Amino acid sequence: MFKEALYQKVKFRKLSRQDRHSLGLGLAFISPWIIGFLLLTMYPIFISLYYSFTNFTLFTPPGWVGLQNYVELFTRDDKFFVSLSNTAFFILMAVPASVVTALLLALLLNARLWGKTFFRSLFFLPTIVPAVASAAVWMWILNPQWGLLNTSLRMVGLPGPPWLSSPAWAKPSLVVVALWGIGSEVIIYLAALQEIPRDYYEAALVDGANGMQRSLYITIPLVTPVIFFHLINGTIWAFQYFTEAFVMTGGGPANATLFYALYLYRNAFTNVKMGYASAQAWILFVLVMAASLIIMRSSKGWVYYEG
Amino acid sequence: MKAEPVMMRAQSHALRKRSKFWGTLEQIVLYSLLFACGCGFIAPFLTMISTSLKANAQIFVYPPMLIPNPPQWQNYPEAMKYAPFGRYYLNSFFLCATVVFGTLSSNTLIAYGFSRIRWVGRDVVFVIVLATLMLPAQVTMIPVYIIFRKLGWVGGYLPLIVPAYFGSAYFTFLLRQFFRGIPFELSDAARIDGCSEVSILWYIILPLAKPALVTVALFSFIYTWNDFLGPLIYLHDQNLYTVTLGLQAFISRYWTPQNLLMAAATMAILPVLVIFIWAQRFFVEGISITGLSGR
Repeated sequence: MFKEALYQKVKFRKLSRQDRHSLGLGLAFISPWIIGFLLLTMYPIFISLYYSFTNFTLFTPPGWVGLQNYVELFTRDDKFFVSLSNTAFFILMAVPASVVTALLLALLLNARLWGKTFFRSLFFLPTIVPAVASAAVWMWILNPQWGLLNTSLRMVGLPGPPWLSSPAWAKPSLVVVALWGIGSEVIIYLAALQEIPRDYYEAALVDGANGMQRSLYITIPLVTPVIFFHLINGTIWAFQYFTEAFVMTGGGPANATLFYALYLYRNAFTNVKMGYASAQAWILFVLVMAASLIIMRSSKGWVYYEG
Repeated sequence: MKAEPVMMRAQSHALRKRSKFWGTLEQIVLYSLLFACGCGFIAPFLTMISTSLKANAQIFVYPPMLIPNPPQWQNYPEAMKYAPFGRYYLNSFFLCATVVFGTLSSNTLIAYGFSRIRWVGRDVVFVIVLATLMLPAQVTMIPVYIIFRKLGWVGGYLPLIVPAYFGSAYFTFLLRQFFRGIPFELSDAARIDGCSEVSILWYIILPLAKPALVTVALFSFIYTWNDFLGPLIYLHDQNLYTVTLGLQAFISRYWTPQNLLMAAATMAILPVLVIFIWAQRFFVEGISITGLSGR
């Protein structure tokens, strides 16, 4: 659909009366979106670029400082680099882990098993839980002393790590929490799996392909478009990861969970350095676009489109 | 010539016999995997509910007590005394109702314009709509805050409500996908009879699109109920807190009894849980229609 629209040549011939009428009607119907898009998306994107070159603090009018915010972020602000590397680390852990987990769960649900609608609902359930509530529950489960996880580990004689209270374990803990909310991706994979024609597997079976070969050469190639979308969505989501870290760790211990969006929020609304935070926002914007572009570029090599 | 079918039958018989054994083994492995994953997914819920019904002393025992005995139902009213959750409930419900109304009305109009009327450049504009899905909220967050501040809306609900009336890419997309599937002959027939586009939308499309509208309403309710960053930025008065913001304030207190906190978390989850159990097919369909998780 993207291609179709992009390659569609808008003809600049004089529009007929009918065309002008329907253009007017169409624009009238989408006018709420146009207004919202201009006022709450386009204007903010560009004014935020302007703010990023100022020392705007809410209480004083913005004063032009040139590249100073960017220079400070990249050369003097240690926390900025910490937040950047924390976020990179989180993306590289959480996104692949969620792709693998969601795909495996979907494969499991796709097998002919009794009660799979029940399990599908069960896997989906955590995704509708408010992030703050799931944060509250997981803080308790991950409690080093009395939490469910470590008491269970203790019962089988294993020492439990200190989870959220250690700099080394805090990020992996948050990845576990994120994996709990994988349910909607599972449903998307499951829908893709159910669309694969049965004949493909039967044909492969006749040719003597074993289960491993069938998943490697039929299932995986046919769900690559979904994996591709999951990678893009997941990466964009992980760049903005905020609520769980804000509630559970507040960026600690020792800034181990000071993620990009958290540091940005702090500069904007705690330190009221709106200009500085706008520079952060624009860097985020560029990073998100770059990451999406890289994934899209790479997709030519590994995403399989049927037909 | 004659031997072949017999041999094939013998082979397939052997195959079936072997596959029966492996089939059973496979079933056992798959079921235990499914069961283990199921346990992992439900454990946090059970822990939450179990802890919320324990007396304070029962929380810190080893080995842990699974089923609280006797269940301390008074933890729930106790938690409401700690923090005014009744108030937060009302606030959240009010916010959700106004946002759901705005989401439904704006997105049906927009989706109609993108699906049932053919106009020059429509599909190019729709690509822009989809592109905004990829825009991180942080990029527009600060200028939008400043706009609302200039309007004097910071501290109230308007910054959380008004954007819903300008449509959102995700719901526009969902409704557009659904509207496109409704036969165009219906609209054409109505047009010939002299129906305006607005009455086609109202009398023909909307009644047929009820499942999609319900899906949008439910998702919009849940996003608003669960939203944290919005209320965190815009609400400062404790009396206006939403449930999530109130719960966060409850967590960040210096000392919060764990059982009361879990009771509060249970109360925060309860409305979305009820909605989910009541209408789960709409969620699954909504996600399958768009192929987007919409987190």
